[in-house]
Amino acid sequence: MSVKRVMGLESEYGISQPGVAEADPAFLSSLVVHSYANQIYPNLKIRWDYDLETPLRDARGFEASRADADPSLLTDEVSVVNIILTNGARFYVDHAHPEYSSPEVLTPQEAVIWDKAGERIIQQAALLASRSTGSEIFIHKNNTDNKDVSYGTHENYLVDRKLPFAKLVEVLTPFFVTRQIFTGAGRLGVGVGEIEHRFQISQRADFFETLVGLETTMKRPIINTRDEPHADPNLHRRLHVIIGDANLSEVATLLKLGTTSLILGMLEDGFIEDFELNLKDPLTSLKIVSQDLTLTSKLPLKSGKEITALEMQEYFFTKAVAWVNKNESLDPETQEVLYWWEFVLKGLSGDIYKLSNCIDWIAKLKLMNEVKARDNLAWSDPILQMLDLQYADLAPTRSISQLLTRRGSLLRLTEEHAVEDAIKNPPSSTRAWFRGQALLKFPNEIAGASWDSVIFDVGADRPLVRIPTLDPLKGTRVQVEELFNSSSSAADLIMQLGEN
Amino acid sequence: MSEQEQIKSQSAETDSVDELILDNPKVDTAKADDLLDQIDAVLEKNAAEFIKGFVQKGGE
Repeated sequence: MSVKRVMGLESEYGISQPGVAEADPAFLSSLVVHSYANQIYPNLKIRWDYDLETPLRDARGFEASRADADPSLLTDEVSVVNIILTNGARFYVDHAHPEYSSPEVLTPQEAVIWDKAGERIIQQAALLASRSTGSEIFIHKNNTDNKDVSYGTHENYLVDRKLPFAKLVEVLTPFFVTRQIFTGAGRLGVGVGEIEHRFQISQRADFFETLVGLETTMKRPIINTRDEPHADPNLHRRLHVIIGDANLSEVATLLKLGTTSLILGMLEDGFIEDFELNLKDPLTSLKIVSQDLTLTSKLPLKSGKEITALEMQEYFFTKAVAWVNKNESLDPETQEVLYWWEFVLKGLSGDIYKLSNCIDWIAKLKLMNEVKARDNLAWSDPILQMLDLQYADLAPTRSISQLLTRRGSLLRLTEEHAVEDAIKNPPSSTRAWFRGQALLKFPNEIAGASWDSVIFDVGADRPLVRIPTLDPLKGTRVQVEELFNSSSSAADLIMQLGEN
Repeated sequence: MSEQEQIKSQSAETDSVDELILDNPKVDTAKADDLLDQIDAVLEKNAAEFIKGFVQKGGE
């Protein structure tokens, strides 16, 4: 009865080089990742381990020692840049975007910290790459160019394999359709291709076309069926959620992960039986909710009744409170999620602008309304669209969301030192600690790594040693810190692991 | 075209990237006494061109 479970957050970032006509986003993305790799692992070749059985035969990677070459010569090589960071994250190029996949964490609070660390990492990487090209590369944490393209922010949750997938689809669909009222990042634009200049709650709502499916780049489904657990497939599935917006607000990220984890917990526990709130048309409802800034639209249910998005969320909140009350005591992480969930649902039922300090779409809409009124602008004015885009700019000198945060107009949950620490260090609570610690302590002896393995190369005359990390909860700080402390070398670490 | 759009982009006027990479991320807000002034100070001046040029490729 807790928000705790293994989870992670992947973000594809918008990338551009304003004023450079020939800028190629795939190349820029590679350059960004490559530049960072060269800074943290100078002259090392630490590869992403793509293959369980034959780790190096198919391993793709990059030559960090080639960083000094003219970037234009590196197009082919850097297009496959893919690195593991010492904080346990994966930092790589996905299609034409740089992507940061956070390390596995155990709480939504940790997810916020390592997500914020990811913002700092990619911004730093972009600065390094900008220096090498002589023209600044811009990074945006958003999900659309407001034309016809979307790119994703994906959540991952480890889920009990025993939970039938159909049950998960049934309950998560209306949950996802309605959670955007607090997870939405806001978008000044409606439609794909032909854009109407109207504000809507979600960046993503217009880009979903099916209910359930495997695709992520076309015919996007509300429920994605990709199932690579990166854990024991007999025990777990990895729920890959593609419908979320990229949040700048820490409260929104906390809620996005925390509330979803609670729903999954209730489902695993059999606490949501006889569910009766199935939407008649989830895809239409998704767009209705996103475009209704008054939050009063009634969504038709299969039962013939109707419900607002807010009422749907109130149902889930009430259910979650009843579920956690089965506990004798409540962990603080769960308490915090429930506190904010209740806080935003109450706020959304009254004057929504009271939530402008914690919900991205409301913060954005409030600013737009103020600028629009002061300057007597139309919704089509480029200034307002610029505000939308620049809210998500990650450069401290330009970012509107960071400006709001600095003046206390957007709440912060994380401690600055925790975010700074998470740029370099892995979370203590999962196998990411083993991965990150191995990279921190023995970078010269790591040949590669992935979510479920670390490969050591302890000498030219020795075979590569692959340490599987299939259980996300094995390799935590409590479990292996002593082992690292008492290992004088990677070979020593491997020997001790063998003895254990 | 609005007056604001005619003002040349701040970034285009900056010769070196390093000038943009400030050690201190704090925006100079001494003169800006409320939020909208602060936003005016950082908002891209050539909004129309910037928005038009912000074209991404699909991801995921």
